[in-house]
Amino acid sequence: MHELSVCRSLIAQVEAVAIQHGARAVRSIRICVGPLSGIDPDLLQRTYPLARAGTVADTAGLIIEHLPIRVRCERCGFESEAAPNRLICTRCGDWHTRLLSGDEMLLASVELETDDGLPASPDQARIF
Amino acid sequence: MCDTCGCNITPGNGHLVASGGKLSRTEDGKAAVTVLRGLLDENDLQAHHNREHFDRHGVLAVNLMSSPGSGKTALLEATIDALRHEFKLAVIEGDLETENDAQRVRAKGVPAIQITTGSACHLDAHMVHDALHLLPLTGIDIVFIENVGNLVCPASFDLGHHRNVTLLSVTEGDDKPAKYPVMFRAADLMLLTKTDLLAVLDDFDPQRAEAALRQLASEAPAIRLSVRSHEGLDAWTAWLRRELSAQRQRVAQHASARPAGQPDGHRLHHRMAASARPGYVFLPAKP
Ligand SMILES: Nc1nc2c(ncn2[C@@H]2O[C@H](COP(=O)(O)OP(=O)(O)OP(=O)(O)O)[C@@H](O)[C@H]2O)c(=O)[nH]1
Ligand SMILES: [Mg+2]
Ligand SMILES: [Zn+2]
Ligand SMILES: [Zn+2]
Ligand SMILES: [Zn+2]
Ligand SMILES: [Zn+2]
Repeated sequence: MHELSVCRSLIAQVEAVAIQHGARAVRSIRICVGPLSGIDPDLLQRTYPLARAGTVADTAGLIIEHLPIRVRCERCGFESEAAPNRLICTRCGDWHTRLLSGDEMLLASVELETDDGLPASPDQARIF
Repeated sequence: MCDTCGCNITPGNGHLVASGGKLSRTEDGKAAVTVLRGLLDENDLQAHHNREHFDRHGVLAVNLMSSPGSGKTALLEATIDALRHEFKLAVIEGDLETENDAQRVRAKGVPAIQITTGSACHLDAHMVHDALHLLPLTGIDIVFIENVGNLVCPASFDLGHHRNVTLLSVTEGDDKPAKYPVMFRAADLMLLTKTDLLAVLDDFDPQRAEAALRQLASEAPAIRLSVRSHEGLDAWTAWLRRELSAQRQRVAQHASARPAGQPDGHRLHHRMAASARPGYVFLPAKP
């Protein structure tokens, strides 16, 4: 069951983000998971309370966004959704397709509780 | 990390994080810190470092994955017999328990480091790194990593190797690529093993197994192989020679290669470059 390793890695990243922003606590964690990531979202959700215990994310909820599998045909250019074990083009049947999404396992965002608050207006939103 | 060029944002998920997209704010409209890092980033960074170890020594690293008992160690024994005068080989063995497989390899005169994972059902990049520091790479041509017998999670962990080989023995059923798409999508080469047994198994059709692999949009070649009859051993060693010379060319050009099946493969380079200076994107509370 590698979901526990994945959860531990997730919490380590969240802790790093929390420290960097001087956060008191983490309110919620959002991740994106595709069916071809090899992660079972239900198992992950059940393992998560074990991993977060005693960390800055002690009370943080885990929100899992499911991403669809999408492929693009290299021959005819058609884009479509696909099943995990049928990644061929649904229009021309060719198996030379490229995966556009569906193998992700990403930490998308973290909602933090800070003392001074986060930038809240659009013009403050920036990359640093 | 892709705060600077957005390389974690794919055509498939970009709409979710775009301003006003589902992930750009939390339920109550509070600002959230957008991270967009792979969940296995820590492992991937270690894997990147492991790959530097291999590349620095011009070594080709091949990860063998399969169900328990599909013939990984038997393949290694046969490979050592076939290539012992041509190349210097070394093996990293992963098992839940026992040194049995490492001993089988050492009995053939090849260095082998055994990793016993205890309860972990896969190898990860940190375990392989520990093993690498026990294994002198100078003069070695190919390192084989025999993963824990398991058709599920080993596919998710980059170990810092260059190529994945997935074994499917003919006693397991020809529908395995359809049942375990994550594993078989990760194969750079599929080996159909124990083909000497095909004579007594009337329901395994190698062509069906290959067709199931193509359904995963995989271009990986499939080789039918038996360590008993020696069928396919020449094709297998020819594949290894080609891969080793490709690795040497890459090393000469200061390039490297990641195995199939790792998400964001073509975007990783950016991420590694950017990860040296962490930073996060702040998104507005309500656009
Ligand atoms: N008939 C036949 N048997 C084979 C062949 N290759 C392996 N075997 C047998 O299959 C059994 C398992 O082989 P191993 O090489 O130990 O399998 P493995 O994948 O290393 O197993 P784990 O490390 O436990 O996952 C042994 O009894 C081998 O002799 C083959 O080509 N033909
Ligand atoms: Mg073995
Ligand atoms: Zn098409
Ligand atoms: Zn980038
Ligand atoms: Zn595992
Ligand atoms: Zn090192």
